[in-house]
Amino acid sequence: MALFRTARRIAAAALLLGTSVVAAEAASTLETVKARGKLICGVSMGTTGFALADAQGKFAGFDVDVCRAVASAVFGDPNKVDFVMTNINTRFQVLQSGEIDILSRQTTLTYSREASLGIDFGPAVFYDGQGLMVAKSLGINSAKELDGAAICTLPGTTTAQNLADFFRTTGKKFELVVFENPDENNNAFFSGRCDAVSSDRSDLASIRAGSKSPGDYVILPETISKEPLAPAVRQNDSNWRDIVSWSVWMMMAAEEKGVTQANVDEQAKSTDPEIQRMLGGADDLGPMLGLDKKWGYNIVKQVGNYAEVFDRNLGEKTALGLSRGPNTLWNNGGLLYPPPFR
Amino acid sequence: MSEQSAMASDMASPRRQSGSLKAYFGTAGNSAVTLICLAVFALAAKAAISWLLVNAVFTGTPEDCKVASGACWPYLADKLRYMLFGIYPFDEQWRPLTATLLFIAAMAVSGIPRLWGRALIAGWIVLLPLLFVLMAGGVFGLTSVPTSQWGGLPLSFMLTFVGLVLALPLGILLALARLSNLPAIRILAITFIELVRGVPLISILFMASVMLPLFMPEGVTIDKLLRAQVAIILFAAAYIAEIVRAGLQALPRGQTEAAQALGLHYWQYTFLVIIPQALKTVIPPLVSLFIGFFQDTTLVTIVGLLDFLNTVRTALRDPNWQGIAVLEGYLFAAVVYFVFSALMGAYSRFLEKRFRVGHD
Repeated sequence: MALFRTARRIAAAALLLGTSVVAAEAASTLETVKARGKLICGVSMGTTGFALADAQGKFAGFDVDVCRAVASAVFGDPNKVDFVMTNINTRFQVLQSGEIDILSRQTTLTYSREASLGIDFGPAVFYDGQGLMVAKSLGINSAKELDGAAICTLPGTTTAQNLADFFRTTGKKFELVVFENPDENNNAFFSGRCDAVSSDRSDLASIRAGSKSPGDYVILPETISKEPLAPAVRQNDSNWRDIVSWSVWMMMAAEEKGVTQANVDEQAKSTDPEIQRMLGGADDLGPMLGLDKKWGYNIVKQVGNYAEVFDRNLGEKTALGLSRGPNTLWNNGGLLYPPPFR
Repeated sequence: MSEQSAMASDMASPRRQSGSLKAYFGTAGNSAVTLICLAVFALAAKAAISWLLVNAVFTGTPEDCKVASGACWPYLADKLRYMLFGIYPFDEQWRPLTATLLFIAAMAVSGIPRLWGRALIAGWIVLLPLLFVLMAGGVFGLTSVPTSQWGGLPLSFMLTFVGLVLALPLGILLALARLSNLPAIRILAITFIELVRGVPLISILFMASVMLPLFMPEGVTIDKLLRAQVAIILFAAAYIAEIVRAGLQALPRGQTEAAQALGLHYWQYTFLVIIPQALKTVIPPLVSLFIGFFQDTTLVTIVGLLDFLNTVRTALRDPNWQGIAVLEGYLFAAVVYFVFSALMGAYSRFLEKRFRVGHD
């Protein structure tokens, strides 16, 4: 322990050489973020539809909009975010060490991550699941028909494990072909090295969008794992976790109530008591979390409701062309169920 | 002139033939090989020209590129600034551009042997913080740009060359320590060198980004660019140390003894007599190492930094251009890497010639 303490002291001394104090131990994340004047959000290093910088270096995507919603809630300005690209291997550590305030990076909420990594998840923003994609010419309509297929995947124990589990239930054989690099993985599939490629369904759509002729490939209907993608924050700051959670739920509730970016000014005059509370017309919900009274109004006005965010980044008119699937509101048979604003 | 070299110069040099046509068409076999090579070369050139120029699209939209069979240059034009500077704020990109140009100019000036001296070192000591301020901002009315938004070519340059410039003195000291007569210093140097050489760069970068923060007081982080830079310096120093040690050991013992006989003390004869001669003999492996490092810095993607190759790679994922232009981006990256690596190689040959390293 003495060694550990010495190491800490040496490290603290090394601070003099170009370091920064991100958050004092006592200050809450909200206070830190407000004092800094900017939210720092960890996103992926470039995934179509979820987080990608355009030619001007401006980030856009579904994960990016989650961060922008939180920035709108805290500052009333969706542009007060610095995006930090995080590698899939070091993403949790970057969050733990305080380099970022939110990790919004296609991360699956699981028991062991929440229990042992020193992080807390917000609500799932996208219900994904592992799927399989094949060439249309194969003439297959279901993953159950695959027998002896060579399947391309990226490394990762769960991907292979899910496939093994699935093929055990169908009683068929398969051969795993693992690639370290996503581009190699996709090219192997397109060139016919593999009969199928397996990944999260959103990812498969993104792979398909990257092919020369997306119409030649079909994502099979089976979903062989549950992958609820959720934003994560540091553990033991429930105020901050609440802000992230309710920012997400605000977007879902806005869709449920039919409040959109275009009609939010009109809706602010609505007599519906819940809309009144959401948009800051009645009751003061914002200050309970340390936010502005208009926080919900700002999210919807500046970023949009869930449907708008989904359609803009992932929806059928985009390159990904994803359908809503399970990411529909509960009253339409989906899984999105925002708790009541009261 | 010794007897041996006199004999050698009597013999006809076989190289001289290559200039005449006879070397290509001397025998039937030679002619056949030459013709086949020419045919292959012509076919490759034709394919390359038709892809690069004839069938290529020079202006237009992604749709124009989709129907064309050649290269898609509008893609490169559209994404060029992103590839070069990553997510550095668009309106401020004159800053990394200026910094990179200044840096290249300073490197070129430093390459002139006549200018080597204290003034040059002083120049660098002034220039590097200046470039850092230009990139980071926050003073003189420049907006502050956190290092997490640095990327592209300036980042590759900085990690490589700042890393190597700082690693070189450290490596020389390590090499001297390894040859030291003091056991404690020798063992320390050997341990460090062997430890660092025993693990891949990627694992050192990984440790710098994952392990180091665990030793930090809560809420305190060291800038991740700095962490990667320090990891690269330490890693390069171990390799440089071994190369320099080879140069030191190649020197005849008489050099040291003669210098000692003149009354020079350790630091004097080491840095005035031994090191200059040792470095001269190890120019080729040293430059190979530098070129290797220039290309290896791309591994910083593991800690979430976007160097040049990775900005090119992420530029390929733009949904507007996805599946349309792939080769163009990689080709551009290859050309940039090739130009700078070739320049380093050419400079190494120039130095060798100037110092007459080979035995002629």
